[in-house]
Amino acid sequence: MSEGILLFIEQRDGVLNRTSLEAMVAAQRMAAETGDKVSAVVLGRDVSAVATEVAGKKLEAVYTVTDDKLASYTPDGYVAALKQAIEQLSPRYVILSHTYRVRDFAPILASTMGKTFVTDCLCFRVEGGETVFTRQIFQGKINTDVRVQAEAPVFASFQAGSYRADLAEAGEQPAPIKPLEVEMEGVRLRTEPEAAFQETKQAVDLTQAPLIVAVGRGIKSQENLSIVQELAEAMGAEIAASRPICDNEWLPMDRQIGSSGQTVAPKLYLAVGISGAIQHVVGMKNSQTIVAINKDPEAPIFDLADYGIVGDLFEIVPALTAEVRKAKGE
Amino acid sequence: MNIVVCLKQVPKKDSILRIAADGKWIDDRDLSYEMSEADAYALEEALRQKEKHGGEVIVICMGPERVRQSIKEALAKGADRAIHLYDEAFDHASDAAGIGRALAAALKDEKFDLVFTGLQSDDYGFAQVGLVIAERLGLSSATIAMEVQPEEGGVRVKRELESGWFQWVKIPLPALLTIQSGINQLRYATLKGIMAAKKKELREVKAADLGLTADDLKPAQVIERAYLPLKSKQTEMIEGKPAEAAAKLVEKLRFDARVL
Ligand SMILES: Cc1cc2nc3c(=O)[nH]c(=O)nc-3n(C[C@H](O)[C@H](O)[C@H](O)COP(=O)(O)OP(=O)(O)OC[C@H]3O[C@@H](n4cnc5c(N)ncnc54)[C@H](O)[C@@H]3O)c2cc1C
Repeated sequence: MSEGILLFIEQRDGVLNRTSLEAMVAAQRMAAETGDKVSAVVLGRDVSAVATEVAGKKLEAVYTVTDDKLASYTPDGYVAALKQAIEQLSPRYVILSHTYRVRDFAPILASTMGKTFVTDCLCFRVEGGETVFTRQIFQGKINTDVRVQAEAPVFASFQAGSYRADLAEAGEQPAPIKPLEVEMEGVRLRTEPEAAFQETKQAVDLTQAPLIVAVGRGIKSQENLSIVQELAEAMGAEIAASRPICDNEWLPMDRQIGSSGQTVAPKLYLAVGISGAIQHVVGMKNSQTIVAINKDPEAPIFDLADYGIVGDLFEIVPALTAEVRKAKGE
Repeated sequence: MNIVVCLKQVPKKDSILRIAADGKWIDDRDLSYEMSEADAYALEEALRQKEKHGGEVIVICMGPERVRQSIKEALAKGADRAIHLYDEAFDHASDAAGIGRALAAALKDEKFDLVFTGLQSDDYGFAQVGLVIAERLGLSSATIAMEVQPEEGGVRVKRELESGWFQWVKIPLPALLTIQSGINQLRYATLKGIMAAKKKELREVKAADLGLTADDLKPAQVIERAYLPLKSKQTEMIEGKPAEAAAKLVEKLRFDARVL
């Protein structure tokens, strides 16, 4: 009989990934509705510090799986270890946060166990004993409620920022830390990982800029960038971009905002021709004032904008530049 | 170096999406389609690898008749042949497990060194199908690839990590890589390519050819409702002609938000 919710805790070099705490909030809320209990599992060579940190939260237990083969992350090592942990604990749900690492191994794990995996969820609700997950499609333009009809455990990953890590409930007393025995002897690690690195020294530090004008694919071509550059100049703002602009090498990579670029929180973030995909939004959503200019009134960026103008950026941006200059008495 | 590229066709990026009458999907009348962005980069990477190391590029695509257009585009850009999973039974494959199962079954008897998929599609965005194929076929795998270097005994892959970090990993062949947008610069099909594509093999595969029934592909995840996201924030929409709207915005930014 499957019961309980198993939460995957991600750590790198003994440092807890904070999005695991966001997923913990999802797991704890799910437990509150289903009457299940949440346990956590953490993998590595030595995970005592992370396990102790997590054990302070409201959890039934923190399971640790330690082995030399888990010292560096590899998909084969993680799949083998977690599969055994899940088989031993037989939870109803396995909850993860939708990180790059989870994206790299969890689909393999679910597939080899013949289980279903609902990825990148925003939230969930429980209805007559069944769980309905909400996830975005079309890069955040549409939400869907997804009903799962599958045998336990059901795997679900939650999008970064879907729950607030600081709302993870603390326990009355520390949760017991329980080592799990898994057989790693015969496991072949096909991946040889090298050390992680950063590409180049960041030439610009956008995190310090009070004003940012960010440009997206709506600009259409590199030549058109000048109108946005003029606006930025008039405002005294730094220019930044969404990923496709940097992918096309129209602007250098160190101007990219988002999950694979920089995270900023300026006084003003003016998004021009940017749709507002989650991977962009995580890099700028804490800006003090957000302005969006987009021709599509349904563009997700308007969901977080304080001010919005629906229209053609090729008309609005030059007009805005003129107004800013006027206001500055130029 | 033989490389399979899994392609998906999705509504064009600039499409205005509306919810269908049954409230379970988008209204797909009057949409135009294109290759999902990351898949286009996966195809480009395969073509570049072939140009450097020789071999064959095989594209595989599941979907209704309209996806032919994307298949032909891939052939025109330089892919050597194509497999089209074309059968009503495949319409049932609407979650990652089902889609991955069908694609894996179709690739089982192909001879390849690498399989490329986009890291996720622009429509469902499961970010799973590639790895389901890898798991089912026993391939090694690496995701979110930003550089691919075939080497003695395997392939070295530069994986993107979060926040501007990267990591090289080496894995043995045959391997599946999920490709990130921006790994290269896309090419356009040439007129010569378009002409040449007409003579290339395009093989149609039915579910029965793979020993699969609609029941085998039945999804465990069903969309029960599709809807536009609720606004979480009060956005002040500024109306008027461009000059008017611009003047109003500057005013707001100076005197209400006090950020200019
Ligand atoms: C693992 C992963 C990591 C990623 N990392 C990042 C990241 O760090 N940063 C990032 O930005 N993205 C990232 N992405 C990509 C992200 O998912 C989106 O694809 C990207 O942010 C889209 O950029 P965009 O908004 O500029 O383009 P689009 O989504 O194409 O939007 C263009 C917008 O311009 C509007 N527009 C077009 N013409 C006009 C006009 N004339 N006037 C006004 N508006 C117009 C359109 O309505 C549309 O809303 C990542 C994706 C993945 C899967």
